Amino acid sequence: MQQSRDQLLKAYRVMSRIREFDERLHVEFATGEIPGFVHLYAGEEAVAAGICAHLSDRDYIASTHRGHGHCIAKDCDVTGMMAEIYGKAAGLCGGKGGSMHIADLDKGMMGANGIVGAGTALVCGAALSAKTLGTGGVAVAFTGDGGSNQGTVFEAMNLASVWSLPAIFVFENNGYGEATASEWALAGGDIVRRAQAFAMPGHQVDGNDYFAVWDAMRQATERARAGQGPSLIECKMKRYYGHFEGDTQNYRAKEEIETLRAEKDCMKRFRAQVGEAGLIDVAALDAIDAEAKAEIDAAVKAAKAAPTPPASALMTDVYASY
Amino acid sequence: MASKSFRAAINEALKLEMRRDNRVIVLGEDVAGGRGGSANVEEAWGGPFGMTRGLYKEFGATRVLDTPITESAFVGATAGAAMTGLRPVAEVMFVDFTGVCFDQIMNQIAKIRYMFGGKAKLPLVIRMLYGAGYRAGAQHSQCLYPIYTHLPGLKVAVPSNPHDAKGLLISAIRDDDPVLFFEHKAILGMKGEVPDEAYEVPLGKANIVRAGKDVTVVAIGRMVHMAEKAAAALAKEGIDCEVIDPRTTSPLDTAAILASVRKTGRLVAVDEAYPRCNMATDIAALAAQEAFGSLRAPVRMVSPPHVPVPFAAPLEDLYIPNADKVAEAVRATVKHTSSS
Ligand SMILES: Cc1ncc(C[n+]2csc(CCOP(=O)(O)OP(=O)(O)O)c2C)c(N)n1
Ligand SMILES: [Mg+2]
Repeated sequence: MQQSRDQLLKAYRVMSRIREFDERLHVEFATGEIPGFVHLYAGEEAVAAGICAHLSDRDYIASTHRGHGHCIAKDCDVTGMMAEIYGKAAGLCGGKGGSMHIADLDKGMMGANGIVGAGTALVCGAALSAKTLGTGGVAVAFTGDGGSNQGTVFEAMNLASVWSLPAIFVFENNGYGEATASEWALAGGDIVRRAQAFAMPGHQVDGNDYFAVWDAMRQATERARAGQGPSLIECKMKRYYGHFEGDTQNYRAKEEIETLRAEKDCMKRFRAQVGEAGLIDVAALDAIDAEAKAEIDAAVKAAKAAPTPPASALMTDVYASY
Repeated sequence: MASKSFRAAINEALKLEMRRDNRVIVLGEDVAGGRGGSANVEEAWGGPFGMTRGLYKEFGATRVLDTPITESAFVGATAGAAMTGLRPVAEVMFVDFTGVCFDQIMNQIAKIRYMFGGKAKLPLVIRMLYGAGYRAGAQHSQCLYPIYTHLPGLKVAVPSNPHDAKGLLISAIRDDDPVLFFEHKAILGMKGEVPDEAYEVPLGKANIVRAGKDVTVVAIGRMVHMAEKAAAALAKEGIDCEVIDPRTTSPLDTAAILASVRKTGRLVAVDEAYPRCNMATDIAALAAQEAFGSLRAPVRMVSPPHVPVPFAAPLEDLYIPNADKVAEAVRATVKHTSSS
């Protein structure tokens, strides 16, 4: 293990905040107060945390429709995120985007995305900027198992390899794209095998294991920052909630989620791993959970109380100049 | 005859046509749903919005095909299949996602017959949800039928009610040309009288929703309801609107629109699509060129502002044309003549 106590605490804090954020949204969505489509990341926290642990503000990520975890791991302000989800003026996008379009370029967060697979191409551009401008940054595309089948994704992987870009393609294989299992939709079974076709290293890891994700990403970022080109990381785990809030999930067995929560949970696993190694005591982790709870609670209260955007906002931000 | 939802009308049209003609197949993401899932169900969803429910059970896996998330491939495949003997009906969930497969629609599907000197037929339908009002944000709320109306070789249907939805879809499936079929997500639950049997509503034939003598109001899709509401309110003010629902934007029933404009001398065109180069501008241009002598007031267009669809509820509500805006435009055309 090469991570300091501070790094580990930070990683756990990221996971805890993501978990609390989305568990709370699940509850709040049921009240009917949250508009639009909301896709929850709960169960996949170790991926966002393990990947983004290697990134700073100069590095970019492009996210998906299931983006809350990526945003939090990339250090977006949770109060601004929550306000955005509620469609309030104080939201990170002024209430114009919503859950599916949260973005914060100052934090290197290029946006959640409503179009499956689209982020991979954006990431080629961000990686090109990093390479051309010599920033030393890398760019990371998150894509689902369902999204991995989009033509754009194949094109982006090929381009990144041809241009030897500092790009990293992270595939979150959470078992399903909507109501269809990845086992059915993914010809060849594993996404990682596609790395070979595009001449880049491929890593397949247990997405419930923060340390496995972290280590794969360490190798991918080292390679990218050394100018050696892109990598692919496939993380396997499952989401705890439906495709979107409101999904009846009749395509998965009832016990599936119970078993996941009981036996596979990434946060429990992390606790066990650091506990066994005697690195961090339970009380410190409990304190982090309590802080996260308070922080998210405050964010929800602030979002509910916040004003909606003024009518004038409808016409702004279409062009930089016209 | 029974009262059925827009959703049920679509579903019924698909079932009836699949029973009638075994070359009709349905394909799209989760049109059945549940493939490979741990619950081992045959049909988990029947479409993300339940439009294809029950089809898998009745027609099985050879005629109801789930697809991976690959719009370019399966929409392109729809064209290839249509050229070679099948009559596919593809579902592209939201019209916004056709951005991914635009080439297949624009350069393949729309052009093939013409480029091949009439040698090919493409009896296919692409069904899509469109429209704002769902708090779905900028990438899930667009109209976009003007883009497809712009392209020669495509037919474009935009039904406003359950009766027309069923009849137009049946016509679209039986038609030998590619039809892009638009379903407004905010009216899927809307109910209306729908005959149980199969029937056709012809492509290219407008519906005079309400006859009137003072002002012609042409409205597209969901906007027909805004126009009807406005017309009801205006009737109380003594303004008699004729509301026209073109039902298809390609072919467009220009004869019906022009006949009405020649009668009333005033035109208001209502379209939820972005205001530049949309159906309202197209219909306004038609009137300007063909019925200029009959116009007693400038044509008015009611459309959203030229911005993407915002997420926040108050902004989206402001964005969508409503009955008040339609009524305001109608009053303006009436006032113009009386004051000049
Ligand atoms: C181009 C496009 N096609 C379809 C959709 C509808 N859609 C949204 S999310 C989704 C499933 C994505 O599955 P996956 O990539 O595995 O991500 P997950 O939801 O599992 O995180 C689909 C089909 C879309 N948003 N964009
Ligand atoms: Mg998935």
